[in-house]
Amino acid sequence: MAILINEQTRIIVQGFTGKIGTFHAQEMLNYGSNIVGGVTPGKGGQQHLNLPIFNTVKEAVQVTGAEASIIFVPPAFAADSIMEAADAGIKYCVAITDGIPTQDMMTVKNFLRCFHKNERMLLTGPNCAGTISPGRAMLGIMPGHIYLQGNVGIIGRSGTLGYEAADQMKILNIGISTSVGIGGDPIIGSSHRDILERFESDPETKVILMIGEIGGSQEVEAGIFFKNHSSKPLVAYIAGLTAPEGRRMGHAGAIISSASESAAEKIAALKDLGVTICQNPAAMGRTVGEALIKCG
Amino acid sequence: MDIHEYQAKEILAEYGVKIAGGGLAYNPEEAVQRAREIDGNTFVVKAQIHSGARGKAGGIKVCKNHDEVKVAAEELLDKKLITHQTGPAGKICSRVYIETETTFTKEFYLCFLIDRSSECVVMIGSAQGGMEIEQLAKTNPKAIKKVYIEPAVGLQDFQAREMAFLFGLEGPQLIHAIKTIKGCYRALRDLDANMLEINPLVIANNGDLIALDAKMSFDENALFRHHRIAELRDKTQVDPRETGASEHGLSYVGLDGDIGCIINGAGLAMATMDMIKLAGGEPANFLDVGGGASAERTERAFRLVLADKNVKVILVNIFAGINRCDWIAEGVVHAVKNIDMKIPLVVRLSGTNAELGRQIINESGLPIITANTLAEAAEKAVYARNQMIEQKPRGL
Repeated sequence: MAILINEQTRIIVQGFTGKIGTFHAQEMLNYGSNIVGGVTPGKGGQQHLNLPIFNTVKEAVQVTGAEASIIFVPPAFAADSIMEAADAGIKYCVAITDGIPTQDMMTVKNFLRCFHKNERMLLTGPNCAGTISPGRAMLGIMPGHIYLQGNVGIIGRSGTLGYEAADQMKILNIGISTSVGIGGDPIIGSSHRDILERFESDPETKVILMIGEIGGSQEVEAGIFFKNHSSKPLVAYIAGLTAPEGRRMGHAGAIISSASESAAEKIAALKDLGVTICQNPAAMGRTVGEALIKCG
Repeated sequence: MDIHEYQAKEILAEYGVKIAGGGLAYNPEEAVQRAREIDGNTFVVKAQIHSGARGKAGGIKVCKNHDEVKVAAEELLDKKLITHQTGPAGKICSRVYIETETTFTKEFYLCFLIDRSSECVVMIGSAQGGMEIEQLAKTNPKAIKKVYIEPAVGLQDFQAREMAFLFGLEGPQLIHAIKTIKGCYRALRDLDANMLEINPLVIANNGDLIALDAKMSFDENALFRHHRIAELRDKTQVDPRETGASEHGLSYVGLDGDIGCIINGAGLAMATMDMIKLAGGEPANFLDVGGGASAERTERAFRLVLADKNVKVILVNIFAGINRCDWIAEGVVHAVKNIDMKIPLVVRLSGTNAELGRQIINESGLPIITANTLAEAAEKAVYARNQMIEQKPRGL
């Protein structure tokens, strides 16, 4: 089953004809993702990578029946592109763009809340590596070959640390149902908790790995959901034990503004909620493996 | 991006917030000149550094005449000021702000910030201003009021009134407080500020509502549409290594340890630092070289890390996704040869073409220690660091 995307998901690329959009669209096509076209305002009617280009997302949806979109639009215009996708009836959108102003993301979240829950587009990112359902479809910029297909769901804020986890699992022959990058910005489309909820209702996913970091409170919110609603083992690693307070560690959202946002405090809170803690980033694969054995 | 108090006050004045008369000076003579230009008989000379708690650190001096202003400016200018927010390194004071002293009867706290969990703007206020809000939150949390503002709708009058009534104001002061509060909100929204704090906001003896201090911080990602704000950046207030790094697309944060780190991706960088700690070492820095780590960028990263004289060993950890380990290995070999590095280097490459990358490093003839896993890399780096400490004392 996997969550969010599979081999049938019809995908469009927003910011299709730019250098980055072109490169990753080709990579996704090579992986087997069902890309049906792209959007670049002003270039509608032309072809790119043997696929049609549209002026608007609405038009792309009408012609191709696209359900998902991926955004490579530059930061100044990315919020607008996300809202255009939501308005056109796209169901799932991944925003790769890094550097979108925080207040633009507030506007995006406000816009999304205007839709009825059943008709609201799901957004992951921005500033993320995207989503992959190994062996089925890739909607992102990750190296597809490091992911084995299997039963573990991964949720992570960071790109390369997510790759590290997938790689550790591959060495141990552990596969992944879907890996979702939720992004490193302060305001993002979906939280750890939102994606955890999706994995909870996916029969294929047996164990979930949450890769968190300093800043904000979303890991603990996911832990509370786990305690109250989840039947599946949750393994968590929180990066940033050595991060000093008040300094931004690369990601715009990775900053300890209050004591509860530190890695140590998050780990303590998650432990209390019954989450399996992986203290050592080199042991993410092994800890997930042990959890898989326990649940049979 | 942080700005100085005087810059924040200039902005707020444009949004209808009342401030005391004042002027900026870069040297003691200018300071006296500014004091002559403004009204009043007593003056306050305020060190302009990017930090709160300046008063306790001696950064704010009350002066009774122009001679005292000169002495105060001489004492502050070109000196490092150490507050509990700056850390032991302190911050250099290269400009002072001279203000008419405002005597007051009451002081309040007012702050606006972007709240990431509610995805709203939150207004925080207290009738007990003057002290640090963190302190107040500990001693008397009930004295703090939070009002959440839905950004699509904006700040409403009733919300501003709620805060003004908390301050215990009435009549013209109430109206002025509402104007001040709404002005602050507009400044935050118009200019893409993440944070705006007035502490204290005071009722002066003459009844005016005055912002005695002001602090604003802006979203780096939005500076492209606020050129005027972007120009307020004061590079003297930031670790020069961090500024140098960001100019080359690198993200650097200096720390106290001695194991230098060069990593791609913020999350992997933090995880590698954690791993060093678990292995018994201390990281000297956070450094994210980003995607597409080119040979030029790799060399720059090495130079940046080596500029920290505490560094005893460097650990490179790259997970190649889109880029390839063989390219990165070539970049590392090139950088090490160019720089003529004298300290041990541990390299761990994984992802695309990892085998090929390791081969290039092994065949380079350079004394580079390679590692296959994250754990092995950290352990080898800590071991090499301990060997260095045993071999020669610091500073040689």
